[in-house]
Amino acid sequence: MIVIVDYNAGNLTSVQLALRAVGVEAVISRDPAVIADAERLIFPGVGAAGSAMEGLRDLGLTQAVIDFTQTGKPFLGICIGCQILLGSSEEDGGTACLGIFPGRVAAFTPAPGVKIPHMGWNAVRFTRDHAVLQGLPTGSHFYFVHGYYPQLDDPTSPLGVTDYAGVTFPAIYARGNVVACQFHAEKSGEAGLRLLKNFCAWDGT
Amino acid sequence: MLTKRLIICLDVRNRKVTKGVKFAGNVDLGDPVQMAAQYYRDGVDELVFYDIMASAENRPIDIGMVRDVAREVFIPFSVGGGIRNLEDMREVLLAGAEKVSVNSLAVRNPGIIRDGARAFGNQCVVLGMDARRSADPKYPSGYEVVIQGGRTPVGKDAVAWAIEAEKIGAGEICLNSIDADGTKVGYDLELTRKVSEAVGIPVIASGGAGTPQHLMDVLTVGKADAALVASMVHYGTYTVGAIKSEMAKAGLPVRI
Repeated sequence: MIVIVDYNAGNLTSVQLALRAVGVEAVISRDPAVIADAERLIFPGVGAAGSAMEGLRDLGLTQAVIDFTQTGKPFLGICIGCQILLGSSEEDGGTACLGIFPGRVAAFTPAPGVKIPHMGWNAVRFTRDHAVLQGLPTGSHFYFVHGYYPQLDDPTSPLGVTDYAGVTFPAIYARGNVVACQFHAEKSGEAGLRLLKNFCAWDGT
Repeated sequence: MLTKRLIICLDVRNRKVTKGVKFAGNVDLGDPVQMAAQYYRDGVDELVFYDIMASAENRPIDIGMVRDVAREVFIPFSVGGGIRNLEDMREVLLAGAEKVSVNSLAVRNPGIIRDGARAFGNQCVVLGMDARRSADPKYPSGYEVVIQGGRTPVGKDAVAWAIEAEKIGAGEICLNSIDADGTKVGYDLELTRKVSEAVGIPVIASGGAGTPQHLMDVLTVGKADAALVASMVHYGTYTVGAIKSEMAKAGLPVRI
């Protein structure tokens, strides 16, 4: 069973409907036992890092999510769900995060003519092969909405990078069974659906 | 590079996409879900749905339609016209919309922007603004905010209202020129540029599009982040692909 984690961070319906469009049924759950039993886990999210971490804590799901990443079963973090896998975020006056990926989340620097959040379709240049990118050409466009961006300590983690506001940041990254994308795969048209389909076929290695 | 977005607006009345025609009332153009699915397949970047009667009739938005659209369309779409409160916003977002647009409600009660942004994040809250030229010195930008399709002035300067809305939490502004709307002679470039330069959030230009050149003008001279079209595509005058390829030829970054 594919489980979408419900931790009051929105956006769950869209992920479920996008999976259905590629022929995959997923359940939405906030039950730690259901999460532990999942064959693969999707960890979505919109909003702010602070409230996302609070949502996990209030529902008693922090450990369930960390534990799942250590099972070897496929795990996909999306948007806020990708950011809070890192050690910390500058958002909400500094937020301690899950620490699954070494690194931190930094704010884009406002500048004249640069709109924050980074909102819209941007190209992702792939830097490494991975099963979840199968069939997608480098430079594919995905839909982004975020005011903060990931900075990874491990230079081998990024699968693809994107340019915005004077920085080049990892838009999708992976380590072992964990994949994380900053863009909203579920709102990224055919490219996003392909990525979700690939994830659902991936064995996590 | 972040691309410039092409957004299609669907005005919906009684589950039909409709278009106001001068002296002839409204004509129905088709089923909103089918039209949305077709535009999605054609490669549009985003969709906007306005329930044009919900507000006037003080009834909730057609949530069934929002759910049906979300099953067919895997790009962002926003829903507006008839949002009455935070509960309406929640329902629209849970049905699968990416954003909610508030216009006259935000004028009457700016706090809805703050409440919506706190509850769902700034990126979910779009300020819809109708503006028109005014020579009245109490509007220093030269544009005043109006509601009810331009019939009712609200006493706010358009640029000042945009700045205020950003400050209290709007994540984006959809800016419609009442003067240009329906004319097909081009967007109001001055209005769009003034608002876009005054805020740090994205601005969608609306009203007046008749040719791809108009989009290029508003996305460069007008400094808009996205351009909204309706009749240009609804009547088959242009396809999404034709507009985008013109934009690309002119050197604008677009998603093809």
